[in-house]
Amino acid sequence: MDWFENGWGLSLIVFLPVVGAAVVLAIPKAKEEALKWVALLFALATLALAVVLAVRFDYSAADAYQFATAPDTTWIAAINANFHIGVDGISLPMVVLAAFITVLVILYSWNHWPEPHNPKLLLVFVLILAAGMTGTFVALDLVLFFLFFEVVLLPMYFMIGIWGDRGIREVPVFGWKIEMRLYASLKFFVFTLFGSAFMLLGFIALYFKSEEVLGYRSFSMIELSNLGAAGAFTGTFAFLVFLGLFLGFAVKVPMWPLHTWLPDAHTAAPTIGSVILAAILLKLGTYAFIRIAIPILPQEALRWAPFIGVLAVIGIIYGSLACLAQSDVKRLIAYSSVGHMGFVMLGIATMTDIGINAAIIGMVAHGLITGLLFFIAGSMAHRYHTRDMRRLGGNMLLMPKMGLLLGFAAMASLGLPALAGFWGEFMALLAAFNPAEAIGQTPLFRGLMVIGAIGTVLTAGYMLYMLRNVNFGEPAEEWSGTEFHDVDRFEWLAWAPLVIGTIALGVFPKIVFGATNDAVVGLLQKAFGG
Amino acid sequence: MTNLDYHALLPEIILAATVMVTLVVDLITRRKQLVAVTAIIGMFAAFVPVTTLAFCDSLSFCTSSGAERVLFDGTYVVDSYSLVLKGVFIFAAFIVLLVSVGYLGSDRYYEGEYYFLLIASTLGAVAMASSRDFLTMIVALELVTAPAFLLSGWRKGDSKSNEAALKFFITGVLALALTLFGVSMLYGLTGSLLFADVAAAAPGISHIPLFILAVIFIILGFGFKVSAVPFHFWTPDTYEGAPTPVTAWLSVGSKGAGFVGLLSVVYLALPSESAIWGPLLWIVAALSMIVGNVVAIQQTNVIRMLGYSSIGHAGFMLAPFGAAAASGMTDLSPLFGATVTYFIIYAVMNLGAFGVAIIIGSRVGSYELDDWRGWRRYAPGVTLMLAMFFMSLAGIPPLAGWFAKFAMFSATIGVGNWWGYSIAIVAAVNAVIAFVYYAKVIRATMFDPVPDGVDVAELEAKTVPGTAGLAVGIAAFGVIVLGVFPGIAAELGSFSTSMFAALGG
Repeated sequence: MDWFENGWGLSLIVFLPVVGAAVVLAIPKAKEEALKWVALLFALATLALAVVLAVRFDYSAADAYQFATAPDTTWIAAINANFHIGVDGISLPMVVLAAFITVLVILYSWNHWPEPHNPKLLLVFVLILAAGMTGTFVALDLVLFFLFFEVVLLPMYFMIGIWGDRGIREVPVFGWKIEMRLYASLKFFVFTLFGSAFMLLGFIALYFKSEEVLGYRSFSMIELSNLGAAGAFTGTFAFLVFLGLFLGFAVKVPMWPLHTWLPDAHTAAPTIGSVILAAILLKLGTYAFIRIAIPILPQEALRWAPFIGVLAVIGIIYGSLACLAQSDVKRLIAYSSVGHMGFVMLGIATMTDIGINAAIIGMVAHGLITGLLFFIAGSMAHRYHTRDMRRLGGNMLLMPKMGLLLGFAAMASLGLPALAGFWGEFMALLAAFNPAEAIGQTPLFRGLMVIGAIGTVLTAGYMLYMLRNVNFGEPAEEWSGTEFHDVDRFEWLAWAPLVIGTIALGVFPKIVFGATNDAVVGLLQKAFGG
Repeated sequence: MTNLDYHALLPEIILAATVMVTLVVDLITRRKQLVAVTAIIGMFAAFVPVTTLAFCDSLSFCTSSGAERVLFDGTYVVDSYSLVLKGVFIFAAFIVLLVSVGYLGSDRYYEGEYYFLLIASTLGAVAMASSRDFLTMIVALELVTAPAFLLSGWRKGDSKSNEAALKFFITGVLALALTLFGVSMLYGLTGSLLFADVAAAAPGISHIPLFILAVIFIILGFGFKVSAVPFHFWTPDTYEGAPTPVTAWLSVGSKGAGFVGLLSVVYLALPSESAIWGPLLWIVAALSMIVGNVVAIQQTNVIRMLGYSSIGHAGFMLAPFGAAAASGMTDLSPLFGATVTYFIIYAVMNLGAFGVAIIIGSRVGSYELDDWRGWRRYAPGVTLMLAMFFMSLAGIPPLAGWFAKFAMFSATIGVGNWWGYSIAIVAAVNAVIAFVYYAKVIRATMFDPVPDGVDVAELEAKTVPGTAGLAVGIAAFGVIVLGVFPGIAAELGSFSTSMFAALGG
């Protein structure tokens, strides 16, 4: 199976969903069963390949790029951009997670089509999203990375715009009244586009600067990382480039204060849109910090680290406090993402191997747990026709299984030990106690650690607040006499893997660390020496 | 003139012949489709020699005379730059022809003359690409524009169409006068109309105020042609009033001819004077981007919106010119190539956008965005195409537009000074603003519900004219292929800069 090793296997994982999308487009709209099966088969095949990838991955060389295409596979000759993709220990968990979530999303959709019913288009968008997400995680060329990073925008934009929440929202400042989905989709797109425009300028600046040392211009992440480690990018140039990259990545993460698109987008998106957004799309930003910003501009990253750390902690506290003020379940979960991504960024800001490992396991765990939370919130809204916690209550009595799952997911989300969410938070705080010495701001980071720890308490606070309002107590008067069907087959099918994953990761974090640790250590050693 | 290189002139000869033949065919037949067929065949035939000339080195029957073929004492040159643009112009005219067939059939128009004028305009654009002296260039440019004046007023019964033609005519003549005035001054100073002679003489006379004035006048004239701010005010009215296929041609063919003129004049005749034209075009580029994109947001009519969008795109295409402002720049070829690359991609996606707009507009009978609401319900395929072209214009990967912007960014940043950085930042901000109005169209057609009182069944029953469908399909194919393999456009762009090496620049 040599073809699998030399890049074809990985290319197939990226492009199989695109083929699937094309096939789905070719099937007439009326044949819904066929549409669903085709989409599912392509997603399953992709997942199978991703599993093969994980099995065949050489964990003893996790810091090397494996299954890579030849670095000089020409794509755009004129600008020396190559089709260079590969996985190392850092991207492997993300690739598997993306393929995994895609399958679950299609399974869940089986009989939960959001209005207006149009499975064909929705499945096409899901499959294109899958390709964009995986592509971003495996790209080793900045132009290729940019392309995949942006490919996810359009399908998500359409998903929110077409199938999103039709409630009316007032636009702040202007006072216009507009449908939630229209407002959220545009806001999501404009924010991300704004960030990525400057990110692109940063990439191009690196491209031209590389000529001074290499003698030719390069978009290769590997070559640019080598230059970065050798100290080729310094001074104002490095500062401006980092600023550009920071804007692009921080919007995507999202970091406070660039986060405001997130609560709107997550709340307005249809259930599967929220799941994909939370589980994968947010990770594109944090992944890019680890893969691009730190290795290529290591010295600049050290200078920015305290600033990033402070923003991360503000995000944690702000997200938690905002959660406490929500009455909409989905919006609460959305704000909780701001807090959780704050922990991930805090881990990254420490520039230590513990911190970055924490960030990666935090990313995976957040993908599983928040994915599950959004699934459940979507299913509950489907049954109650409201997400307003003031009207909900006594869910344990009405739908005990659903209530149990919600309780489980909330516990996992607040970082209960032995569940997946614990490791990311705990280790990020641990890393903040001892950040990289080169940053030279250890006392500041210790302060951040203390504030972050308060954040975990607040997290517990709002999760329990949500559980009390939704699960416990007596059902409100308006629900008496209403028949609620508890968790159905397709929901079990989609959720059970997430529950199992959450427990497995909580008990054996080595599932992720086994892949990431060597890669993270290698990355940091290369970037900072020593 | 004993050894005229007929091969080099073959595209022009075929187009000129087609112009005549369409008139004859129109005379002898009542079936006007035959005229269209003649015109389309002519376009195909004209494309063949363009390719044989481009690949001359690898063809056995072709006698290559080096990189470029110089004709008529250097006033007319067929090189890689002119071939690339000739190819784009013929492609654009081909698409416009396909779209026109269904459009003209939908109402009472003069058909034969329409095709005659359109091909004449194409001939002008093709000749424009080879012009290497001011006189040939102005004659070619007027051959592009004069038929376009007439075509703009083709909907004779409509006062808007009349207004469109008149506005276009008056500003067009004004622009011509400005350019001619500038050229006459330049001729007086240098004693020659050849670009090469002017380029040689320019460094010696660049301190003379009259020379600077001449350069400014010439550039202002072209500013009108490419509809750059502040010379843009005719654009939205003309675009809205003219028959829509003509608008498509104006926004690609006529605008493209203006860009070719600008490229030739500043890079071939005045390469050493970038300190004069650079800052001027920097301002024009920045203004065009800002005004075009910001005003487009408020438009409710799709064609007007596309008009302002084309002003914004003119700004993006001018950005590399502006980046050349620093004096003492030696290698201008990346900037030149970026504009050409941008134009190639712009041509494909803009034609596609107009094609879909015509399909929808002629079905609804209106170009008002409000009437386009909920289109996804009764024509999902067409709406998806529409979304594709508009998102490509917005520069969203993986559709072709992203690479146009990418090429422009990389050329301007590559200059390595603040003229380049600043215009790149202005462009980056505008790329985001532009998305807002393209998204408005997406929102209306894909997100909004069908307005009350619309007879869905009636609209569903109307079919897309086959030729227009074909045109849009070709453009859609182009947008995807150029988006995923943008190397093609980049290669054409850098291929077009080969004469810089010959110039020793």
